[in-house]
Amino acid sequence: MPLLEVKNLQVRVEEREILHGLSLTVNKGEVHAIMGPNGSGKSTLSHVIAGKPGYEVTGGEILFNGEDLLEMSPDARAAKGVFLAFQYPVEIPGVATMTFLRTALNAQRKARGEGEYSTPDFLKKVREVAARLNIPQEMLRRGVNVGFSGGEKKRNEVLQMALFEPSLCILDEMDSGLDIDALRVAADGVNALRSPDRAMVVITHYQRLLNYIVPDFVHVMSKGRVVKSGGKELALELEASGYAQFEDAA
Amino acid sequence: MNVALAKTETGHALSDAFAVARDRLPGAGKVAEARQQAFEAYERVGLPHRRIEDWKYTDLRALMREVLPLAAPPDAAALKRAAAALKLHAIAGVRRLVLVDGVFAPGLSEAGNLEKGLGIRTLRDVLGAGDARLQAQLLGPENTDSMVALNSAMMTDGIVIEVADGAALTQPLHIIHIASGGTPAAMFTRSLFVLGNAASATLVESYIAAEGAKVYQVHDSLIVSIGDSARLDHVRLIEDGREAFNISSSQVTLGAKAHFNTFGLTSGSSVSRYQATMAFDGEGSRVETNGVNLLNGRQHADTTLFLDHAVPNCSSREIFRAVVDDRGHSVFQGRIIVRPDAQKTDAKMMTRALLLSDEAEADNKPELEIFADDVTCGHGATTGALDESLLFYLRARGLSEKEAQALLIQAFVGEAIESIASDSLRELAISAAQRWLAARG
Ligand SMILES: Nc1ncnc2c1ncn2[C@@H]1O[C@H](COP(=O)(O)OP(=O)(O)OP(=O)(O)O)[C@@H](O)[C@H]1O
Ligand SMILES: [Mg+2]
Repeated sequence: MPLLEVKNLQVRVEEREILHGLSLTVNKGEVHAIMGPNGSGKSTLSHVIAGKPGYEVTGGEILFNGEDLLEMSPDARAAKGVFLAFQYPVEIPGVATMTFLRTALNAQRKARGEGEYSTPDFLKKVREVAARLNIPQEMLRRGVNVGFSGGEKKRNEVLQMALFEPSLCILDEMDSGLDIDALRVAADGVNALRSPDRAMVVITHYQRLLNYIVPDFVHVMSKGRVVKSGGKELALELEASGYAQFEDAA
Repeated sequence: MNVALAKTETGHALSDAFAVARDRLPGAGKVAEARQQAFEAYERVGLPHRRIEDWKYTDLRALMREVLPLAAPPDAAALKRAAAALKLHAIAGVRRLVLVDGVFAPGLSEAGNLEKGLGIRTLRDVLGAGDARLQAQLLGPENTDSMVALNSAMMTDGIVIEVADGAALTQPLHIIHIASGGTPAAMFTRSLFVLGNAASATLVESYIAAEGAKVYQVHDSLIVSIGDSARLDHVRLIEDGREAFNISSSQVTLGAKAHFNTFGLTSGSSVSRYQATMAFDGEGSRVETNGVNLLNGRQHADTTLFLDHAVPNCSSREIFRAVVDDRGHSVFQGRIIVRPDAQKTDAKMMTRALLLSDEAEADNKPELEIFADDVTCGHGATTGALDESLLFYLRARGLSEKEAQALLIQAFVGEAIESIASDSLRELAISAAQRWLAARG
């Protein structure tokens, strides 16, 4: 059974259709890249999978391990293993990062019927992951993402991904705003999570990220549809020729 | 024998009730005269209503309708119920002073073995014994506000605390008002806190109900005098029963170079009003007065503060946060007056309300009256809902709707709670807020 099956998905936002029958199948162990021009609906797809309110699904379905994802609350999806690394992570002043991480991790574990982490175990785990991602402890003492640079916010998303160990990771433009070194560190963090039980969907505009996180499949999105799919060489093609050829196809 | 309030048909019942209660009220001579005058002042107005500017958001004629009869002194059963309630709200390391149904309960209190420089008596004693100096302070409040007048007329008991010059009390004092849950009744209490020059102390006030307590009325007042270079840390926690009324007034006077850090949290009672006047009487003093309302159901809570900058070089900070769910109604009125002599006044007030439902209401009324020219004053007020994008971020990480709201609510009230100077008092406020959040589910 595929991990994720998006079938003929149609989505409206404020009376306007953004996704016009999009299909995508992702199996465990695979890495998929989604590329496509600004406004083609990549973030919309990721939001609908994560359960963000404000989107009206007018047709199609999303199955996750065979279950109807659209019937689940966003928190239930997270507990089932869906993780979205946001293109624009929000700042949450007054909510300490550590409190947030612990509450989230334990909420997910509780929903799965697993025991809560003890404080020492939790701290140990966070420290390990943070060290691997070059995230200083000082950052974890601040409010969630408060005063973080663009790159730090993205690293904090990868930190959460490593901590929650989801089975589906959707990375929405993880590379935007990252300098070369930060990109390598974040990509290493992502690669460390690659496993036969886990799949990744990497949304990006740049071939460069795909040199670090090498995809099994590349999909081109245009105007709310997947207009072409191929192997990793498709990304190189796009880099050379741009999206113009797909504008008409869509 | 309800002390009914509409002046018209029920005016007699009201006077009769005062006449009946009078035998139980401590103090003769001057005190009794003052009571009589206060009662007449009250009778002229009756319960405050919306046409009285100060009370326009809290119309007690509509909300409370009548003043209940004076509560009977607690019997053994009442004290037993109060003792059980006390267990749930006991704070470690404090000196407990308990009023049950408006009457001092020595058996539940720790009024002995006093630290050097600390004096504790009851209002009943002080009014009865004819201590002119303390009586003058207790009878100080004017009868201009009818609820203060009613309290002046009916005050039955309370705690009179004196801290000698230079004494730094290590143990916080905790005044606990417990409604024992007998018949519906009103309790009238007045306490006095006299803090000597260069003295320091911590005062906590809690209002709670024993199990089964339903409709009751707390009519309380507190008079505080803070000496030169003295410091008082103060927290009020209103966790009354959900059908209770709590009408409390306080009057605080600060000497020179004095410091008053006060915080109030209201999560209980059906209708509550806290009206406080803080007056600077000496230069170089500072007040931090902060508060949080956590309301749901049909709760109504009104905080009305009056900062009187009468002398130069004083500063005041007000931070107020209201979280209102369901059909709750939060009121914050903050009046600051800077009198002509009060140059170099630094006064700021910031109030924010968070509405969790479409029917929730918050009224903010800041009022600045500035008669001096060399001052720094400011105020701000906002009202809004929880940020959807923050809620979604938290939910996408596995927090349920209630859990996500709880984190954001804690963050929202955090700024007011952070301004509590003492660590242990801050912990008290945090746990009271957490009790409210936990009760939401
Ligand atoms: N809340 C909204 N209201 C109205 N239109 C929206 C809303 N959200 C997205 N859209 C529109 O939907 C389209 C797809 O947006 P989306 O953010 O999914 O694109 P994207 O492929 O992620 O673009 P980018 O590469 O710039 O991140 C755009 O035209 C956008 O303006
Ligand atoms: Mg996008």
